[in-house]
Amino acid sequence: MKNSEKDSSRRKFILNFGSLGISSLLVSPIIIQSCRTNLKEVGSGDKEKLLNSNNELVEVDSAYISTLNKNLAKNHNSESRKGLPGKKFVLVVDLAKCKNARKCMDKCQAVHQLRPEQHHLNVLIMKDNDHTAPYFMPKHCQHCDNPPCVKVCPVDATFKRSDGIVLIDNERCIGCRFCIAACPYSARSFNWYEPRDSEKYKDIPYDIEKNVPQKKGTVTKCTFSADCLREGKLPYCVSSCPNGVYYFGNEYEDSVTNGTSGETVSLKILLSKNAGYRLMEDLGTAPSVYYLPPKDRALMPDIENSNS
Amino acid sequence: MNDLYRKEQQIEKEQFQEIVTTLTFPMNHISPYFKLWIGFLLSLIGTAAVMYVRQLRYGLGTTDMRDIASWGLYFSDFVFLIAVSLVGSLITAILRLSNIKWATPLTRISEIIAVTALLSALAIIVVDMGRPDRLWHIFIYGRLQSPIVWDIIVVITYLVISLLLLYLPLIPDIALLQKKMGHKPGWQQRMYKILSLGWQGTKDQFKILNFSLTVLMVLIIPMAFSIHTVTSWLFASTLRPGWDSTIFGPYFVAGAFMVGAASVIVTMYFIRMQYKFEEYITDEHFNMMGKLLVLTSLVYLYFNLNEFMVPAYKMKSGESANIRGLLVGDYALMFWLVQILGMIVPILLMVFKLFRKPKPLLVISVFIVIGAFFKRYLIVTPTLLHPFLPIQNYPASYHHYSPTWSECTIVIGSIAAIALLISLFIKLFPIIPIWETAHEKGISNETINNS
Repeated sequence: MKNSEKDSSRRKFILNFGSLGISSLLVSPIIIQSCRTNLKEVGSGDKEKLLNSNNELVEVDSAYISTLNKNLAKNHNSESRKGLPGKKFVLVVDLAKCKNARKCMDKCQAVHQLRPEQHHLNVLIMKDNDHTAPYFMPKHCQHCDNPPCVKVCPVDATFKRSDGIVLIDNERCIGCRFCIAACPYSARSFNWYEPRDSEKYKDIPYDIEKNVPQKKGTVTKCTFSADCLREGKLPYCVSSCPNGVYYFGNEYEDSVTNGTSGETVSLKILLSKNAGYRLMEDLGTAPSVYYLPPKDRALMPDIENSNS
Repeated sequence: MNDLYRKEQQIEKEQFQEIVTTLTFPMNHISPYFKLWIGFLLSLIGTAAVMYVRQLRYGLGTTDMRDIASWGLYFSDFVFLIAVSLVGSLITAILRLSNIKWATPLTRISEIIAVTALLSALAIIVVDMGRPDRLWHIFIYGRLQSPIVWDIIVVITYLVISLLLLYLPLIPDIALLQKKMGHKPGWQQRMYKILSLGWQGTKDQFKILNFSLTVLMVLIIPMAFSIHTVTSWLFASTLRPGWDSTIFGPYFVAGAFMVGAASVIVTMYFIRMQYKFEEYITDEHFNMMGKLLVLTSLVYLYFNLNEFMVPAYKMKSGESANIRGLLVGDYALMFWLVQILGMIVPILLMVFKLFRKPKPLLVISVFIVIGAFFKRYLIVTPTLLHPFLPIQNYPASYHHYSPTWSECTIVIGSIAAIALLISLFIKLFPIIPIWETAHEKGISNETINNS
């Protein structure tokens, strides 16, 4: 009996003490907040112009500006799942201009830390039938509007954003490779081994939009260079092409920009004038990548002979 | 009058005693061969485990799977094991619900095959994952729109029902073992005591047992069809030539019943031979299983005709490369061996009674089981190696897939694990149901309970 009384008084004490602690924890931010308000009233008078996340130019007193830790990987990646507002990205590949320079492939493999046999972007030599001339066809992920890969992913690791981009989260992927089996364009690659230079990049936080660093046992794919797009730049492959093969832009604005010449043209006119088409339209995948037919093919004769 | 009754009871008691002695024989005799057999299986599983650790260390690059052939032997093995597990529902549920009595001694064999094959299938699919450490992601991020999630749901449901169908009919036998196995080590007796759930063998208990069994048998049929249909959808839900087929569900289910029946024949042959169960697993059982196997094989033959003849007739652009590869190309030898030796010849032979005798039927069943494994391989691999777009800028090895030693060892380990589990089960529980056999011989419950 006595013991239990003792116990209950001890419990009471702990309870009281605990609630004191909790209340002090609750109060302290208020105190800190009040200190901050004081600071606000002072200000420095210097204004700085900043671009906020809604793409609006705003002015802020420099006293209130503090540098954010850029490595808030988690926040950054949840934002990456949404897509850029008001955008629907399209890529147009002019097959008539491709000379197999492969600068796009090299740049892509370098940026995405891929092994030489891993392709986010693969320049294929195509020959439709025995009687027509061969041509080069750069093949990216088609960023389908009805993506077979996204449908089959069991864990929502690969997903479709509002701006049309299909990305993969290498921190969620379980490596079942169902998406590779489902993709009719063979656009996906798997990290069968420890990725290239993994030792070098092991401390870098994961960036879902760039899809680096690569992770062993997960699927990797073309990102349409979503990291560049967020900064308002053209994708890596588009801007590295020396031959003006790629046009990239926003379908909603009906404008695409050539990565080599910088010329901006109407998407609709470009496609209709040149009889643009999409790969395997009959599958119903609705790609975001368009091809312009390889008229006046720029194929070099030696490759024409060496390839079957 | 009283004397006669007592005499009858005495005879019944002796008869039951004989049944118990024969059916518990495997549990009381452990031969040196058995130990050798277990050692052999353990060494196979051990090698597989070592190879798996190596795979975890270096990544799936230790297999020959690459970006083009991204599924291979593991996945074929998974589909094969799921197919084998379907037999549990065929023998226990479909035959029993249709009031077919002859299959009673085979129910437990087929149910243990079903359970162990399922467990092994679950293990091999984890082996196939690039990131097994993230298995829990399926449960926290799982999305119902993926056929993989459907598959997990139906496979786990099927496993639970199969376990119940294995366990519930075991309860009266375990209660009996509790009385008969006094000489066994303590842990084993404790296990029997816990697992028997205080079974008394009263009329009410049998009523509940039989009712639950009927419910489970009805439930397991749609689940069995689901597991293999959904597994076939892992292929059929893609756009690839060779997989993009609407008959994949029934095609897979038919094939599963065939390989399942064949694997029961193989298992029952060895159990009968090893433990002299000729009285319980008779030649007539082989005869009937042979007939069942002919039936299931004919259904499968019909689906094969549909699956290959129709696309081969049309030679659609996407399909033709894959069909050519199977019929006359790289995979032609394996394809025709599987179709002829694993299906057509067995059907022709088994039509004759002579080939439904135990020994010939065993040989035929072994051919069917091996054929069925390679059939799954032929469904998985050639399609992946014939994508829509040309395979370029990859190392030459990407154009082919030939499983590495590591993959083969692990797959052999997955089969050895099934054999090990079944072998151990036989030493702990009666593989032929005692009480059901006794009931069928007209022995009353009193005799069973008072023995």
